[in-house]
Amino acid sequence: MAKVVVITSGKGGVGKTTTTAAIGAALARAGKSVVVVDFDVGLRNLDLVMGAERRVVFDLVNVVQGTAKLNQALIRDKRLENLYLLPASQTRDKDALTEEGVKVVIDELRSRFDYVICDSPAGIERGAQMAMRFADEAVIVTNPEVSSVRDSDRIIGLLDSRTLKAERGETMVKHVLITRYDGARAARSEMLSIDDVLDILSTTLLGIIPESEGVLRASNMGAPITLNEPANPAAKAYMEAARRLLGEDVPMTLPSDRRGLLDRLLGRRAA
Amino acid sequence: MTSAAPVRKKTIRFKARSFTAFSLAPERPLAAWLDELDGWLANSPGFFTGRPVLLELGNASGREAVEVVSALGKRGIRVYAIEADTEDFGAGLPPVLKGAKTVSAERSQDVDEAIGRGASEAPAVPEAAKSLMIEQPVRSGQSVIHSGDIIVLGSVGSGSELIAGGSIHVYGALRGRALAGVYGNRQARIFCRRNEAELLSIDGWYQTAEDMDLATRGRAVQAYLRGDDIAVTALE
Repeated sequence: MAKVVVITSGKGGVGKTTTTAAIGAALARAGKSVVVVDFDVGLRNLDLVMGAERRVVFDLVNVVQGTAKLNQALIRDKRLENLYLLPASQTRDKDALTEEGVKVVIDELRSRFDYVICDSPAGIERGAQMAMRFADEAVIVTNPEVSSVRDSDRIIGLLDSRTLKAERGETMVKHVLITRYDGARAARSEMLSIDDVLDILSTTLLGIIPESEGVLRASNMGAPITLNEPANPAAKAYMEAARRLLGEDVPMTLPSDRRGLLDRLLGRRAA
Repeated sequence: MTSAAPVRKKTIRFKARSFTAFSLAPERPLAAWLDELDGWLANSPGFFTGRPVLLELGNASGREAVEVVSALGKRGIRVYAIEADTEDFGAGLPPVLKGAKTVSAERSQDVDEAIGRGASEAPAVPEAAKSLMIEQPVRSGQSVIHSGDIIVLGSVGSGSELIAGGSIHVYGALRGRALAGVYGNRQARIFCRRNEAELLSIDGWYQTAEDMDLATRGRAVQAYLRGDDIAVTALE
């Protein structure tokens, strides 16, 4: 039974696209057939993070409008044969997405893949609502910081009211994923604590991704961090989050400041 | 046979209309009263926009009247008429009115609107309003409007609002705005397990987070009207 998962947040720049790529790749590595769908029409990024920007011919808008077949728009990953990308259009805007068109595309993806991961644009407008509309589950990406948490709270409200699942009276499964967590700064109370975030959002935790330079490195390389640097603490945290998404019971570890004494003395930064 | 005089068309019709106007009663010394007004306006900008405002001037002199009217004009408050002991302040000042009737400010609706609530859109309060039970958290951006009591079992997020004709009970943390008794119920109260509210209001009187006593923040509290002030007291 296919699952449609939306990666959303409300606020921009918190790590939705990175998370989509990292979790999509981790699920594919676990043997699932996966498609990652970029809903950020007009500001597409997922193709870059997946390293497929030079192979985009057709896109989501073409498929939604019926000018291209789904097969023509899907791009197979060069590293994992069961991982696909459905890119967004860069030249159109979000009004090009119709609800009926998106439904047809999602239904077709459902029949072909185990996991359909939708990368939502920032904001709460049409693009974000289309991305979440047909989802079965949601991953809410949040930074441990007040404005991000409040925006996530707003998005959870929309997930509980504007999705097809909510309108049918079913409950949407929601997970919070805390990204850019810095153990040292949290210890100095410069960030919201994990408990504060979960208390405000009253939603279960999918994982805590530590702040890491490897994330930016992977983006620039055009590779999901879970493939590019599997040993990186952030990549490990993403892989654990993906296992939890699959229903496994993985104990949660709080990423701590892992710098050794020598690193500290030399002023080197973690990861 | 009767010859009828041609019927003259009525060209001017007079109608009586009545409006509720706000009445301001300046006190001496004027400078101090204006200071207080400025502080109040800072909290409720736009409160007087488009509203008829009357002045109660009592035994004020003509010079004082000019001073008050121009000071209010500078603040964007247009005076429609003056009530005073004198017959007339002369040209240049609004007319003097006599025989005013006191009306209770229409179910405090105006005050609600002044703080951004569209209470007029809400239905009139039913006879015996039922309470509304919400078992989910109220999320940021959500607005719950109910004519009776509102009971929330979860938390109320920052940037959300509860608007109740009756009382409000929150069994989680209250981080949004809570407006109780919005149809003019002074007896309404707000209860919460953890007070982190952005704004508490009862019958149009309100207090923002900044005005609240720090000792009541983060605690289980109740809020109720004491005179024209919101009292927030700890429950434990």
